[in-house]
Amino acid sequence: MGRDPRFEGAGPDQAWDAALSQGHVAVQRCRSCRRAQLPFGVLCRACGGVDLASERASGHGIVYSSTTVIDREGAYNVALVDLAEGPRLMTRIEGLPPDLVRIGTPVKAAISEDSTHVLFTPDESA
Amino acid sequence: MDHPLRGSAAIVGAGNTRRWNALGRTAFDQLQEAAVLALEDAGLRLRDVDGLFCAVSSSGLPVLNAAERLGIRPHYADGTMVGGSSFLFHLHSAMAALAAGLCEVALIAYGSNQLSAGGKLVSMPDPQPSETPFRPRYPISSYALAAARHMHEFNTTREELAEVALAARAWANRNPDAFARGPLDRDTVLSARMVSSPLTRADCCLVTDGGAALVITRAERARDLRQPPVYVLGTGVGISHRQISAMPDLTRTAAVESGQRAYDMAGLGPDAIDHVMVYDAFTITTILFLEDLGFCAKGEGGRFVASGAIAPGGSLPVNTNGGGLSCNHPGMYGLFTLLECVAQLRGQAGERQVADAEVALAHANGGVLSSQATAILGTAATL
Repeated sequence: MGRDPRFEGAGPDQAWDAALSQGHVAVQRCRSCRRAQLPFGVLCRACGGVDLASERASGHGIVYSSTTVIDREGAYNVALVDLAEGPRLMTRIEGLPPDLVRIGTPVKAAISEDSTHVLFTPDESA
Repeated sequence: MDHPLRGSAAIVGAGNTRRWNALGRTAFDQLQEAAVLALEDAGLRLRDVDGLFCAVSSSGLPVLNAAERLGIRPHYADGTMVGGSSFLFHLHSAMAALAAGLCEVALIAYGSNQLSAGGKLVSMPDPQPSETPFRPRYPISSYALAAARHMHEFNTTREELAEVALAARAWANRNPDAFARGPLDRDTVLSARMVSSPLTRADCCLVTDGGAALVITRAERARDLRQPPVYVLGTGVGISHRQISAMPDLTRTAAVESGQRAYDMAGLGPDAIDHVMVYDAFTITTILFLEDLGFCAKGEGGRFVASGAIAPGGSLPVNTNGGGLSCNHPGMYGLFTLLECVAQLRGQAGERQVADAEVALAHANGGVLSSQATAILGTAATL
């Protein structure tokens, strides 16, 4: 028995990193149950299916929760954002003082300068 | 019909080192001392122990280290590590192992030196690459996100969170073994240094050392031992996620499931509980677990604690040792919820004794609201 071909190709982290390096946020969608998920994985955590595809996300989301962390160097925001496609991710909301980030605020994704993670700013168009 | 495990095992020995700041003693020193105390309490010896259950923050191989230091060769072992609730998971497994005849005397043991060794919470290496880039303070920011969401959905206030800390201190002031005693007022709690909003230093549990152990046998053996048996009427566990970003609903924990499983095994509901211990790692956790375990409606936890219900003299005695907020918190506090239930059900709780306590509920949390475990304990009258 050889390796199972269903799991060949780029691994989950590579697929996620590839999307970031192209400047957009992606979600992983299950071709069986159509649910989108983050972080990328080997299987669908909703149905157990293994036929998954990376898909460019709209970049639109809503702040689900938010905290201001205060340390010696100052204050910064840590937030959870629910993407329009469904998945939730940890992030930082930029473009306003951390303690003014409100739950329920529409936000828009922006890839970090080093292309390693997704940040958000208030979505003025929403 | 009764669940076959209901009352099948009993806690027969309890050990608590009460050494909350013990410079020079290792985590395993604390664990060994607690094991000796628990076995002496039960009137059993180390060589009687054939089932070993333990978890510590400072070692990835706690069972091996503990067995070597205790000088025992257990033939049943469980080192399940799911954070501070691990010991209630161990109790759950010990029930099954005892009932199946896989062991006769189970020892659940824990030790920590996190205060004297540096004063910071010791966490197992467990990288979280999708959260780390955003520098959440671990674990407080995860709980802060849950608290912020609870405040948003249910209008819970910081003043209500403060009531949890004040009730814990009021109980601690009746417990000579509590680490943090003395007056505490609302303004002091509310004006404490903000760490990760909305949680301040005063919303956080203590950082202490400590050691704890329990000895468990089947019920028929328990009746012949030194202490009045504390019967395990029901246990239940639940796991919902690892990282807070993967928690489906930050205001509803897997305590709903662990609690229901424990209630089902015990054949009891929240109305039957005389005494409650819920893991108060942060003030918000007391509110979440009181709701999820059915002591008040979802969203009403803030109002419930602000009514004085959980403080001395209230309708529901909660965290009567002073809790993680004011008694002790060596990093993984879960075993201490069981120890206080044992003290209350034996009638050994002194000035903080709950009158006529027959049924107690212990609930513990691990990770970042990730693992939940509930145990319902009772006196002989509840069998």
